[in-house]
Amino acid sequence: MNRKSQSVYALAFHRFMRNKQAVLGAVIILGLVFVAVFAPFLTHYDPIFDQDYNAVLASPSSAHIFGTDDLGRDTFARLVYGARLTTAAAVLPVAFAFFVGVPIGLYSGYKGGFIDQWIITRLVDALQAFPSLMLALALAAVLGGGFLNAMLAIGIGFLPAFIRITRGQVIALKNQEYILAARSIGCSNLRIALVHILPNVMPTLLVQITLAMATAIISEAGLSYIGVGASPEQPSWGSLLRTAQSYLVTQPWVAAFPGLAISLVVLGFNMMGDGLRRALDPKIKQ
Amino acid sequence: MRVIIKRIASAIPVLALVSIMVFLMLQLLPGDPATVILGEEATPEAVEAMREHLGLNKPLIVQYFDWITKVLQGNLGESLVDGTSVNQLIMERLPATIELALGSFLVALLIALPCGILSAARPNTFADHLCSFISMIGMSIPHFWLGMMCIIVFAVELGVLPASGYVPFFDDPAENLKSIILPVVATGFRESAILMRMIRSSMLEVLQSDYIRTAKAKGLSEMTVLFGHALKNAMIPVITTSGIMLAGLLGGLVITESIFNIPGYGKLVIDSVFNRDFITVQSAILVSAVFVVFINIAVDLLYAFVDPRIRLGKEGNS
Repeated sequence: MNRKSQSVYALAFHRFMRNKQAVLGAVIILGLVFVAVFAPFLTHYDPIFDQDYNAVLASPSSAHIFGTDDLGRDTFARLVYGARLTTAAAVLPVAFAFFVGVPIGLYSGYKGGFIDQWIITRLVDALQAFPSLMLALALAAVLGGGFLNAMLAIGIGFLPAFIRITRGQVIALKNQEYILAARSIGCSNLRIALVHILPNVMPTLLVQITLAMATAIISEAGLSYIGVGASPEQPSWGSLLRTAQSYLVTQPWVAAFPGLAISLVVLGFNMMGDGLRRALDPKIKQ
Repeated sequence: MRVIIKRIASAIPVLALVSIMVFLMLQLLPGDPATVILGEEATPEAVEAMREHLGLNKPLIVQYFDWITKVLQGNLGESLVDGTSVNQLIMERLPATIELALGSFLVALLIALPCGILSAARPNTFADHLCSFISMIGMSIPHFWLGMMCIIVFAVELGVLPASGYVPFFDDPAENLKSIILPVVATGFRESAILMRMIRSSMLEVLQSDYIRTAKAKGLSEMTVLFGHALKNAMIPVITTSGIMLAGLLGGLVITESIFNIPGYGKLVIDSVFNRDFITVQSAILVSAVFVVFINIAVDLLYAFVDPRIRLGKEGNS
């Protein structure tokens, strides 16, 4: 099983590496992680405390290559440190949806019956009825704003997709001969779900994870932009855009750089997600 | 008819769960909801009066049934800010959001339909790659940033369109059109990306079917094959995507309305969140979820209506 899955992944890796667009996407994501990790080495400005009141809303110059914001903070430094929040925004909601949604989907799909049909499926249907941004706003209203609450809200919005995808795949797999064979030799349900089914659901989930990360970044930026995500002093790219909104007429570059950064990173995740989809499912029509 | 009844019946448990989730939202408030609403400095009398007003002194299940009975009678409660009826607030804000949602959907369709068809008709050509690139860009650019860039270019630099604000259609149709162009283009561009991909893949699949090969073999022109034969069938799965998209737009224009300062439904929710007007938030969320459920029902029924295979299949099974 292990050798087979390795070869499947090795083949997919080869297909992925042949797709220039996908590789470019992966490079952009690695670039984001690099910037997030090595932020202090890329700029000598502190993103919060270095406030130059003589250079408030300064245009790009050699001292501040991307200009400064309304408190004289270096925009480049805030963007660079903002990569940390963006990375967290990509990972946290998706990790929540994965670790909560996948076990529920596995259980629901494998066990079937009343709990699957009448409880989990209906709950997922109900959760899916809420527009994701509305759900996030509702949670922000009751739990209060803030980065972590925004992450939780976005993660809850992703849950239905993760549960549905896992459940669907499990239902398609659970009556396959190798699963019946595993059951006949006395494997426990937990072992069958984790060792025999989950690895076969992973390719589909991997694509979902990558694309959900792209959505998570845009959602976090959106929530921070409207003021219920990261706080204004936190260098989130969405918060930067919120600041920029007030200076669109006089200092348009304040809005340009954070927006470009978000677009580039989301493009990276989308290209990689697309590449993964094609690599893991070669039947997809090009 | 049976299909319609079955589909509506299947939505009842979902609607019931939606209502329970929305009702429990208020219970998620940390501490006593009445104190949270009034603030820590509120007098015990005021808190008690608020508890009474919200019915918090009753058992939870009684509170739920009191609330849902009112909702089913069409009473969504009163705003905690000024006591205005939430029904009135929502009805005032809905027209702008519906107009924006339909406008954005139209823009999405106008971009996606030609690009999707072209991509599928000429796969792996320059045109296809260009359309795929546009679609990828559309999915990646945050629509609120695109909106800001549109304001800079068209309102600030060129001065041809207003930067923000909304004029109702019946007050001044020309100004109304001007005020919604930027928001619908910014939002519609993003939506077009998803629709374009859907149309492309659906068209590609249809173009490979036997009946299209027969149509080509008969010597029909490419245009007739594409528009007369393939498009109709290719659009069937697109209906679902469009329905989901439209439902999402009705609840998802929150940020667009915020950037362009449009007094729509999303703006109402944001304002209510900041004013800690939980009753309005609760009702607005409920209404948007109910919208989604009903649009999904409508899409399913439309799907069955346009595709006889589904309709007859379902009737045959039932």
